[in-house]
Amino acid sequence: MDAFTTHTGTAAPLRRTNVDTDQIIPAEYLKRIIRTGFEDGLFVAWRTNEPDFVLNRPEYANASILVAGPDFGTGSSREHANWALLDGGFRVVISPRFADIFRNNSTKAGLLTVVLPEADVEALWNAIEADPALPVTVDLQAEQVTYGSTTVPFQIDPYTRWRLLEGLDDVGLTERHLDDIEAFEANRPAWKPKALPAV
Amino acid sequence: MPKTLAEKVYDAHVVRSAEGEPDLLYIDLHLVHEVTSPQAFDGLRAAGRTVRRPDLTMATEDHNVPTLDILAPIADPVSRAQVEALRRNTAEFGIRLAPMGDRDQGIVHVIGPQLGLTQPGMTIVCGDSHTSTHGAFGALAFGIGTSEVEHVLATQTLPQYKPKQMAVTVDGELPPGVSAKDVILAVIAQIGTGGGQGYVIEYRGSAIEKLSMEARMTICNMSIEAGAKAGLIAPDQTTFDFLKGRPHAPRGADWDAAVAHWSTLRTDEDAVFDAEVHLDATALTPFVTWGTNPGQGLPIDARVPDPAEFADEGDRRAAEQALEYMGLTPGTPLREIEVDTVFLGSCTNGRIEDLRVAAELLRGKRIDADTRMLVVPGSVAVKAQAETEGLDRVFTEAGAEWRGAGCSMCLGMNPDQLKPGERSASTSNRNFQGRQGKGGRTHLVSPAVAAATALTGRLTAPADLIGA
Repeated sequence: MDAFTTHTGTAAPLRRTNVDTDQIIPAEYLKRIIRTGFEDGLFVAWRTNEPDFVLNRPEYANASILVAGPDFGTGSSREHANWALLDGGFRVVISPRFADIFRNNSTKAGLLTVVLPEADVEALWNAIEADPALPVTVDLQAEQVTYGSTTVPFQIDPYTRWRLLEGLDDVGLTERHLDDIEAFEANRPAWKPKALPAV
Repeated sequence: MPKTLAEKVYDAHVVRSAEGEPDLLYIDLHLVHEVTSPQAFDGLRAAGRTVRRPDLTMATEDHNVPTLDILAPIADPVSRAQVEALRRNTAEFGIRLAPMGDRDQGIVHVIGPQLGLTQPGMTIVCGDSHTSTHGAFGALAFGIGTSEVEHVLATQTLPQYKPKQMAVTVDGELPPGVSAKDVILAVIAQIGTGGGQGYVIEYRGSAIEKLSMEARMTICNMSIEAGAKAGLIAPDQTTFDFLKGRPHAPRGADWDAAVAHWSTLRTDEDAVFDAEVHLDATALTPFVTWGTNPGQGLPIDARVPDPAEFADEGDRRAAEQALEYMGLTPGTPLREIEVDTVFLGSCTNGRIEDLRVAAELLRGKRIDADTRMLVVPGSVAVKAQAETEGLDRVFTEAGAEWRGAGCSMCLGMNPDQLKPGERSASTSNRNFQGRQGKGGRTHLVSPAVAAATALTGRLTAPADLIGA
């Protein structure tokens, strides 16, 4: 996973609530067995059916920060949604509220999710609608979003922040605790089920 | 300190806990399917890692599976390649697989309980958000992404933060024709699609205690639709009776030891929940969705809402967008909405009890001439059981299609899909735009409402049929 420290780019206003992961990438795009190239499925129904969909507008075509309404990433656990956003050029999603699995997947894939209060999201929407070229900086080190003369702080749990700043792989971190895992396994009850074919 | 059921299960699986770090949680059972696993196995190979506990891992094929001609090779080459990747990966890493054609094959959340692999007090994960289904047994079960699938394959653990605790209490007797599906749709409509975020929900109360295991699974299944990490129900005699004698259930002295432990898995009387929600079961009616998220639902007696009546601007805009997509006019009675297709199946409502309820309503009748009904058992075993009971003939004689087991029309990954503009009454779990096929429109309903709707061609409560 690439480390994330700070990112500056332009931002696209997605004025929708409950953007589920089926909208971010529909199921038919999940059949692939590789981990890259999912940008063609990103918001494909809205991009196809709605000519004025925000990402169809040239002024937002190169946005790398997505600013969405509450409950972003609900529904299916598909990490393909996070990959599609990354493949589509996004490094940050800002929303007042994220679905848990989407947010968790983001921390594994290296996509930063930033929770801001609805009023701050509204103000940011207004600013990037007034000036689509407005640079927006998301600074994970300082835990703040800056645009124009506005700076808004955000919170993220310190452990996740550290992992993202360092670009660390979770599996490697867990493997440092193999002794603990082995000790736990030694004490599991014998009647716990095994998935091997039943005799 | 008094604990909730979920806290007891969580605490019993903490491998390691350190200040300022997530807990490391042990996983008792990892269920795997073809869609969310190939990149995880690639990750293992790239890092030279193995699967730590293949004996605690089980795979099946469900999402891409066609429900016709299931023994022929899958026609769609991309779907076929994904299923073949799972077969290669499970063979290489020594994981048990129930492939198409196997007697244990089926939707991953149907086969775990059916085999007795899902047991009280366990931690269960799967790269699938409906893993919450297994919570019906008093297990802590939740969906994960592909990176976490890789993490569990490699270490049999997951870094986790303890979730907040919510109680949803449903008291009273459910009226006739009102089922578990109506309960959970009403819960989601009440708390919203984000209402459960950060929480594990424990469903409790006299109405829940009276439910069968199948009905409890329907409720826990849709916890994710309320945004919750998981949903669970305390195990009781109903749970033990369901499990006894299943292939992977403990036997003899092990059974007694297990039941003794399972009987301790209840929320302590003075435990405190972070949030509490109450529902009166006696006031519930059949529930249907009108919009494009599972929280946009109403009793079937209602009318399509007018977006102007929503106080919150975000809700208003969401309702406008939903009605436009759904092709619905505010004020239309929900009972007047005509459907093209009825889908009975999925991990929400594809179990034997669901098929029995629907078959009872269809027995000796014919479905509406302009309506197509797909009946898709959740597993090969459910299909075999239904055929033993003659339910397949009830469905086919009524004019419905009797299919092979799989996820089918719950999601657009296999040949069973709606065409653009088509409208369904579906016993599945998501009415998202395009979920059942590009441009398809979905109304979520219970199995009883699905069957009644198939008979009339419009959204119908079972009670409407009496005297009709």
